[in-house]
Amino acid sequence: MTAFADLTPLDILKLRARLLRSIRRFFEERGFMEVEAPNIVPSPGLDLHLSAFEVNDPRGARVGWLATSPEYQMKRLLVSGAERIFQVAKSYRADEKSALHEREFTMLEWYRAHATSESIMGDTEDLIQHLTEKGDYPLFRGVKGPWPRYAVEDVLREHGGVELDALTGDDEAFFRIWVDQVQPRLGSDGPVFVTDWPASMASLARLKPNGMADRFEAFLKGIELCNGFGELTDADEQRQRLLRDQADRRATGKPVYPVDERFLQALEEGMPESGGNALGVDRLLMLLVGADSIQAVMPFPEDRL
Amino acid sequence: MADTSDIKKGFKMLIDGVPYAVVEHQFVKPGKGQAFIRTRIKNMMTGAVIDRTFRSGEKLEKADTEERTMQYLYPEGDSRVFMDTRSYEQLTLTNEQLGENVNYLLDGTECDIMLFEGRPIGVTPPTFVELRVTETEPGFKGDTSSNTTKPATLETGLQVNVPLFVNAGDKVKIDTRTGDYVERVKG
Repeated sequence: MTAFADLTPLDILKLRARLLRSIRRFFEERGFMEVEAPNIVPSPGLDLHLSAFEVNDPRGARVGWLATSPEYQMKRLLVSGAERIFQVAKSYRADEKSALHEREFTMLEWYRAHATSESIMGDTEDLIQHLTEKGDYPLFRGVKGPWPRYAVEDVLREHGGVELDALTGDDEAFFRIWVDQVQPRLGSDGPVFVTDWPASMASLARLKPNGMADRFEAFLKGIELCNGFGELTDADEQRQRLLRDQADRRATGKPVYPVDERFLQALEEGMPESGGNALGVDRLLMLLVGADSIQAVMPFPEDRL
Repeated sequence: MADTSDIKKGFKMLIDGVPYAVVEHQFVKPGKGQAFIRTRIKNMMTGAVIDRTFRSGEKLEKADTEERTMQYLYPEGDSRVFMDTRSYEQLTLTNEQLGENVNYLLDGTECDIMLFEGRPIGVTPPTFVELRVTETEPGFKGDTSSNTTKPATLETGLQVNVPLFVNAGDKVKIDTRTGDYVERVKG
């Protein structure tokens, strides 16, 4: 692998094309079908800390929002019988800008029906193996699955010196310690999974028997690479959580997006036990080539448009 | 009222009554989590730099600070009188407020003076000033080595170490960031 500083914009463009091609080959070889969820959606997701672009028609009437992820529609495809699906989706988050964030970015999202979060973590390890085995990518040298798995509780204690119990109900205090002390230290020697998140931090994940959310994230060099779930399939529980998310948004003065009724209807029809993952393609390319921002590996980040 | 979206390099805010200037800032947002702005900020009174993480959207109080270019005019007792080069307004700073910088002031020297709520809290002299040597041991003719130095007193009273070839009456360039001799200059 050529040092990042020696790569031309054309080299990076070719590496991006090769990455996308390798991702597609990986999933197709494993029986996944590529799908296309829409970019304009009736509800962009209700997570308290996501902000979406509203889309209006030329007369100013609202059409919907730009999707913050293709999650609702992909889950509806699971209900309709598609068992292994993936998508490389442009996704949009209205107020995220940094070296690791663009308001328009590329997300790889995939789902398996009749599968657990453990099998999705396995997919993630295999995918990275597949993408890196033929080249020399310094940050991925010697990386082999299975990657270490740590519970949130353990990394919080180890790096933050705090017991998770002491932060119950105070997500802001949790995230303050998380961003300052914990996350920067995750994955310093190669990718790791962090599992067992507080239930309040995963509105679309099922709960594990231990009461924690069946959610995992992978980190490399302190950078969050993906977020996956063992999916929540209970329609009533999902509705309760979305209503609670709406209430939280209202209470904090954020726009209150609608509940996606067709998504809930699909859960009522019966969604198979499933696992899914969303992985930032721009961040992955940045880590592969050793760049220090996602803008450096995007042909048209906002600042160069 | 400002908020975290106003943060950029050099943004000045008030924390517990003390003005701080932003040195570095970074947007951080964990997945599914609260966004923060991680900053390094400099206490404008003491110069101390600290790390501080703000919740994205947090309200901030802008510090009422202003930097003005002022020309040094003359001494007055234990103080020095400056004049704003635009408004011609005069400002008196005590030698104590000026600290080391008192050693770099010649008639007409232009300094950047930081005012906080109208009171001067910081003085930045030009990075280099040229001062005449008033007193030093006579130099050795032909010795142009700058490895060996000797003490010298400059016209402002500043004490510096200069190379042996520098004589009383010579003009020397001083780096005001370090207080060190840089070179001998003509004139």
